[in-house]
Amino acid sequence: MADLRINFAGIRSPNPFWLASAPPTNSGAQIHKAFEYGWGGAVWKTIGAPVLNVSNRYGAWHYGGQKMLAINNVELISDRPLEVNLREIRDVKRHWPDRAVIVSAMVESTPEAWRDIVLKIEDTGADGIELNYGCPHGMSERGMGSAVGQVPEYCEQITRWVMDVAKIPVIVKLTPNITNIVYPARAAVNAGANALSLINTINSIVAVDLDTLEITPNIGGKGGHGGYAGPAVKPIALNMLSALGTDEVVRRSGLPISGMGGISTWKDAAEFLLLGASSLQVCTAVMHYGYRIIEDLCDGLSNWMDSKGFKSVDEVVGKSLHRISDFKDFDLAFRAVARIDPDKCIKCNLCYVACNDTAHQCIDLVDANGNLVQPYSYDVRSNGKLEAVGSRPQPVVREEDCVGCRLCHNVCPVEGCIEMVEVPSGRASVTWDQLTKARPEVGSDWEAMERYRKEVGIDIH
Amino acid sequence: MNDRQIIRPEEVLAEYYPPLTDHEAVVEANRCLYCYDAPCTHACPTHIDIPKFIKKIATENVVGSARTILEANLMGATCARVCPVQELCEGACVLNAEEKPIMIGRLQRYATDYVYSRGIDVFKAGPPTGKKVAVIGAGPAGLTCAGELAKLGHSVTVFEKRELPGGLSTYGIIVLREPVEVALAEVEMVKRLGVEVKTGMELGANLSFEQIRREYDAVFLSVGLGAVPALGIPGEEHIVDGLSYIEASKMNPQGLEVGRNVAVIGAGNTAIDCATVAKRLGAERVTMVYRRTDAEMTAYPHEYEFAKKEGIEFRFLTQPVRVIVEGGKVTGLECVRMELGAPDASGRPAPRPVPGSEFVLPADQVVKAIGQEKPALAQMLGLQTEKGYIKVNDDFETSLSGVYAGGDCVRAKGSASTVMAVEDGKLAAFAIHRKLVPLRAAADD
Repeated sequence: MADLRINFAGIRSPNPFWLASAPPTNSGAQIHKAFEYGWGGAVWKTIGAPVLNVSNRYGAWHYGGQKMLAINNVELISDRPLEVNLREIRDVKRHWPDRAVIVSAMVESTPEAWRDIVLKIEDTGADGIELNYGCPHGMSERGMGSAVGQVPEYCEQITRWVMDVAKIPVIVKLTPNITNIVYPARAAVNAGANALSLINTINSIVAVDLDTLEITPNIGGKGGHGGYAGPAVKPIALNMLSALGTDEVVRRSGLPISGMGGISTWKDAAEFLLLGASSLQVCTAVMHYGYRIIEDLCDGLSNWMDSKGFKSVDEVVGKSLHRISDFKDFDLAFRAVARIDPDKCIKCNLCYVACNDTAHQCIDLVDANGNLVQPYSYDVRSNGKLEAVGSRPQPVVREEDCVGCRLCHNVCPVEGCIEMVEVPSGRASVTWDQLTKARPEVGSDWEAMERYRKEVGIDIH
Repeated sequence: MNDRQIIRPEEVLAEYYPPLTDHEAVVEANRCLYCYDAPCTHACPTHIDIPKFIKKIATENVVGSARTILEANLMGATCARVCPVQELCEGACVLNAEEKPIMIGRLQRYATDYVYSRGIDVFKAGPPTGKKVAVIGAGPAGLTCAGELAKLGHSVTVFEKRELPGGLSTYGIIVLREPVEVALAEVEMVKRLGVEVKTGMELGANLSFEQIRREYDAVFLSVGLGAVPALGIPGEEHIVDGLSYIEASKMNPQGLEVGRNVAVIGAGNTAIDCATVAKRLGAERVTMVYRRTDAEMTAYPHEYEFAKKEGIEFRFLTQPVRVIVEGGKVTGLECVRMELGAPDASGRPAPRPVPGSEFVLPADQVVKAIGQEKPALAQMLGLQTEKGYIKVNDDFETSLSGVYAGGDCVRAKGSASTVMAVEDGKLAAFAIHRKLVPLRAAADD
């Protein structure tokens, strides 16, 4: 059994899975229950300034019969009285000494307000504080949340106020609603934060009701942007996580990163670990299925680590980060082509139409005698399953023309049917960076490019 | 017979499959891969663009879905119910290899029921061409031909000898598979395209073929087939005609006399329908008698499985030789055991009697469903025939110029089915249109 314990900036938990600061961590009773299910930690739903909430605060994006590929919300920070939250935090921490109890905070942007909330949190015995610089709706209109996270100078200033008084680890939570996530991260590093976390939710409008023409969800005839989260945002979160992991300033600081944004399964979790997260936060998947999902998150992660020979979470963290590269450093001589396994192929022709309509026209339909056939070329008087199945052609890749774009592999509904196979290109390895340093004209003059292609044998049809 | 009174035909014969709920339909539609040049579409005799109509269910464009179906197959609501989908679209579904095929038939029913139940017409009559076409017979082939011609702007009159239009959809398919209302809704849809349907009109009785040919620019014959042929055995007059049996189960089920111990002669789909009706209406024992084996029977494999689940028994390699009647009442069916010999003209092993193997199958009712007679009309109208069926060319034109035919009455090749009849009607309509409105004339308009 792999060791799932983590020590994140001094905050320990029996597994890397924390409930993110959100509705699932709204109250002590909920977190008691979550810990009974086995969650390693919880980031208390943000406490701070007084707020009032509205109804219809959660929207969702459903696709292809799959519910809640993403959730969207205009819920504000905790609307429960501050003293109630503080009392319950103290109670939870006293009952669960081995779990991570982190408190998210957001107050108006004054040193006094921040000092006051930090001291109150520390007084509960909580293990850490997360500074919410990410909430993109409502709070940002009051100069808090993402209004802070979007301005690196504000980030740095407020973090300094907090670090001046904080004795427990402080995590700065970043907003993705920004052009370059690295700048606010560096600001947090400069201000002496103990850790980073990302991503908070993304600005979004989830739908328009086609019957009423109202915004979905409808809040008394109005609607507006909310925070987007859930499975659909995972790739965005992974990119931002790797952007921090590959940034020289952030990397040198050694600050651990708590990753979140669409983690729903142990597989997602492993990917976040591989790209540098050393604790993981989960919200939408829990809002969809409840706290019980923690069992498979831990079990699946542990089994995968065992199968790969990883003994502890530390051994996994950042393992794939060195592979993150800029385009200019990719090997232009790397060549892969698609290969369709005719034994697995069910002849749905999704690869054929994708390749021929939208990619590089290198998949043919071939009949049993090896002749090329056009789609829809059967005799309209033929019918029945025997004729339809018996005469159905097989999609075949013309490998010499295949650019290896991988679209067919992506659309194929059968696992393992279309594989991208690495083949020798016959060319020496070279990156765009190396090429254009050696022959700058190739990057600026089409004729020079054509000469280069001819030289190395690149033919683009 | 007191126990018979508690059987309510409207319950025991009600449509077998419930409609899909909205949720079921969308979930199933989303399972469809949306194949390109899909094999289901190839397998469908009318080549409905199945992935397209299913995708439209998934996007909740159900009216568009129904239009996609009905563009290719005007009798889409009937075909959704009666098509042997296991042999056609669903049998060709690529997901047979992966999990289970898409429920194409039931999705088609979902979409077509949607427009019929809401009174939505997806087509309207075309601009008038001034041409008149007569259609003889209001079954699936005739109604399809009439509807397609009306869409193209022709003035169409359908003559039907029965009291109700719809042909076998109305009279010959058990309610379990297709309620009468579904067939009649399709008739009404065709009428709303401007087609006039005249019932109680029979060629050679109160309808003159010569007059029809004089008054109309083209004629389409969709007269189906004849009665169930005679077996030529003693006591035959005591045997009930299978098609009449089914008809009674639809039109007047309370009045249908069903035996306690019913023997059904034949092993086609109609024979299974007769046996199903008998079983469901209270027969204690229903035995199907067939002179060959289950390998040669013409009923589809899924129908055979269905029949067995209904508790219907099968006596293969058994040929009836005499109906035993005592005191005016049927008491049994004398049969002889058969064995299979060399292949006959149909390519199937020829059954031959085993001498001295006669036995009596106890029965108080004997029903026969052994196919239908060839169309008698061909001879009467002097049309050329092929194996007894009306002979047509690739344009469905008979040996008489301007006289077209389609449906079961031309089915010299392949098996007779509703969907094949629909395709005939559709293609014949296009051929008639090409003849009545040549391309150049159309371009001049």
